[in-house]
Amino acid sequence: MTAVPLRGDAPASLRVRAMSGQVGWAVLAWVVGIAFFLPVLWMVITAFKPESAAQTWPPKFIFSPTLAQFRLVFSGWGPYVTHSLIATTVSTVLVLALGVPAAYALSVHPVPRWRDGLFFFISTKMLPIVAAIGPLYVLALHVHLLDSIWLLIILYTAMNLPLAIWLIRSFMLEVPKEMLEAAELDGAGRLREMTEVIMPVISPGLVSTALICVIFAWNELFLALNLTVTNAATMPMFLISSVPQEGLYLAHLSAAATVASIPVIIVGWIAQRSLVRGLSMGAIK
Amino acid sequence: MTVLEDLAPPPKVEIKPREIGRRELWQRRLPLLPALVYTIVVTQIPFLVTLWYSFQNYFWNTPAPAHFTGLSNYTTVFTSPAFRGALVRSVVMTVTAVIAAMILGVCFAVLLDRKFLGRGIVRTLMITPFLVMPAAAALVWAGPMLDPNFGLVNWLLQPFGVHHVAWLSTHALGSVILVMIWQWTPFMMLIVLAGLQSQPPETLEAAKVDGAGAFATFRELTFPHLRPYIELGVLLGAIYLVNVFDAVRLMTNGGPGTATTNLPFYLYQEVNNAFDIGGAAAAGVVTVILTIIVATFALRMFARVFQFEEA
Repeated sequence: MTAVPLRGDAPASLRVRAMSGQVGWAVLAWVVGIAFFLPVLWMVITAFKPESAAQTWPPKFIFSPTLAQFRLVFSGWGPYVTHSLIATTVSTVLVLALGVPAAYALSVHPVPRWRDGLFFFISTKMLPIVAAIGPLYVLALHVHLLDSIWLLIILYTAMNLPLAIWLIRSFMLEVPKEMLEAAELDGAGRLREMTEVIMPVISPGLVSTALICVIFAWNELFLALNLTVTNAATMPMFLISSVPQEGLYLAHLSAAATVASIPVIIVGWIAQRSLVRGLSMGAIK
Repeated sequence: MTVLEDLAPPPKVEIKPREIGRRELWQRRLPLLPALVYTIVVTQIPFLVTLWYSFQNYFWNTPAPAHFTGLSNYTTVFTSPAFRGALVRSVVMTVTAVIAAMILGVCFAVLLDRKFLGRGIVRTLMITPFLVMPAAAALVWAGPMLDPNFGLVNWLLQPFGVHHVAWLSTHALGSVILVMIWQWTPFMMLIVLAGLQSQPPETLEAAKVDGAGAFATFRELTFPHLRPYIELGVLLGAIYLVNVFDAVRLMTNGGPGTATTNLPFYLYQEVNNAFDIGGAAAAGVVTVILTIIVATFALRMFARVFQFEEA
């Protein structure tokens, strides 16, 4: 690209060329951004249509918006959203409760062979849980956890724990050594070191760790679909139930998809900065 | 896990916990134990049980108890064209989606690396596909976007001579991969963008002073700098994409025929439609072994990317 920042003494014609280059750049970026966003936009637009306006050729862009689909969604989502909220929050709290001490033991006062520990956790992330789904079903049946919200909580905790440990560890490594040494000189024990020195420094990091866990737990479908029926069915399953065997459904489906996606989209928008760090498990600061 | 034997080269400054006494040792280990025990129990036991069932004949829809059948489940897996097909499709889907998402991700990251009016908004718009619930994305693509009669895609492509194409039956695999790419390009873009922005501006300035063109600068300076970021993105993307289930189940249900049946969907079908726990377990064990082979390389890459210069 030719858009090179120029000094004030550059010839006017060059400056014009550079300016138009910059405008072209901006236009291109906007076009690409909107193109990528289009399916999401279309989902939201369709959600406000009456069912008859959602299935037309050519697609309708002008219509009288209605909240009917949303009303329908909110009348049926009760149990699903409750299960999703419980599974997401409880598993995230458990992840933090297990992950913070573990990250501490792998960073601040590392155990011997801490590297093996770190790699053990990440290797579990690579094991395809799908491979064990049949036996998992039978196991859950035997311990009477099938179709129970606790089963999802247990599995989502295990699913997010490795990621959280790596991420929290990367935040703990940023605690200045001098602060830790000063605390030690003051005679602070391990517990006080944790609560008074480390926690205040890493708490923003814990928030972004929690957000990443929330995103993955909220969106999970495979385990929920295989191991729950009604007592623990989550939001992704609500979406599936909104697709009927016959009849018009595109508007209703779009409303359900919008409602199911909005929480995570907003969380992600707010946490954009920490998203990169979280997704790279702390590798990218 | 055998994966663990290959580990990173030791960091430059090895922290030798000096003279760790027994008491100190346990004081260090204690905080790690709950998470370690939890992870071992929850993630390893199901795989041990899978190993056990892979030698059993067990259909969960019949009252007959499981009984030992030796290697017959494995014989079935290795001779089954369905398993091999699913394996190949898994590889094709993952590799295509990861590469395409990374190429697009690099392009978009370069676009977004410059200042322009509304950059923050464009960035926000671009990361949104990654945040949409995968099940919602699959259903919205299958319905309002790709519907042969009412879909937005057909309408947008009309000027190009496309008329009411039933994408999910005629281009099923491509459609599923398209949605995977759409969801994961933002992820790649974010990681590459972070790489671009961590590039020291002085080197770029120096290159410009030396009269290097934009393309040469990218090839000689930017790309080598981006390499670890690209590797990380590919690695993480592959870990998630190889397990893609939502898009397959909700867009095409593995079809038409088995055109989009990847390994996760194949295993799902074995359990839910064929009720074959033993067969699914054997297929699962083979999948895990293949994964471990790939993961060994992946972990080595991980160690290199992270480098462990800190600690």
